[in-house]
Amino acid sequence: MDMRTPLGKVRGLGSAKSGTEHFWRVRTTAVALVPLLLFYVVFLIIYAGKPYAEVVGALANPFVATINGLTVVASIIHMRLGMEEIIQDYIHSEATKIVLLILNAFFSLAVGGLCLFAVLKIAFAG
Amino acid sequence: MANVTNNRPLSPHLQIYKFIPTMAMSIVHRITGGALYVGTLLVAAWLIAAASGEQYFNQVNWLFGSIIGQVVLFGYTWALLHHLLGGLRHIMWDIGYGFEKEFSTMLAKANLVASIALTVLVWAIVLIVR
Repeated sequence: MDMRTPLGKVRGLGSAKSGTEHFWRVRTTAVALVPLLLFYVVFLIIYAGKPYAEVVGALANPFVATINGLTVVASIIHMRLGMEEIIQDYIHSEATKIVLLILNAFFSLAVGGLCLFAVLKIAFAG
Repeated sequence: MANVTNNRPLSPHLQIYKFIPTMAMSIVHRITGGALYVGTLLVAAWLIAAASGEQYFNQVNWLFGSIIGQVVLFGYTWALLHHLLGGLRHIMWDIGYGFEKEFSTMLAKANLVASIALTVLVWAIVLIVR
């Protein structure tokens, strides 16, 4: 006889061993991206087409640089997870799926790494 | 061992269902998500150019300022705003609200209208400020 409570039975990570982590991360990054991207849009409205010195000067502002860094991190996590979902939905060959999932991870991390480096370089070195 | 997965019954796919606003916006949400994935390269190019020096920055700025660049950026703005508004609908459903048929249909239509209106508004402001 199973003495566990209904809640106890469903606690844990489930058969996929990852539980709701994927779902949860998509949502937390999505919520974070709402204000971050609204800031970004306003920033771009102000600085689109402005000369180099003015744009770099604005990007070097600690507040802007922090928002920028957070936006990059949240975006990269969100886009990687989203593409993972698309790949898992549409690619049925196991080998292709694994290759694409790895390429997805590489692409996201590479773009994220480059963006973060650029943000920090502008903030610290101009 | 026999390949059991090949003989599993499949759930009906898109072409079986009637094409309705919520379904259309669900598809658009995924397409805009995929487009934004690629579009991240635009933001990356802009940031990296800004970090690399004035010459690179001016080159990227020139590219973004060209007609093709402007069309791509306009599309990127729309995809971003549409996906953002669609995401807000998803969060509403995740919390457990807004499943009523009329309401969700209305919201799906509103999503499209609002995303286009906001995109035009953002670009209008950019052009006026400039």
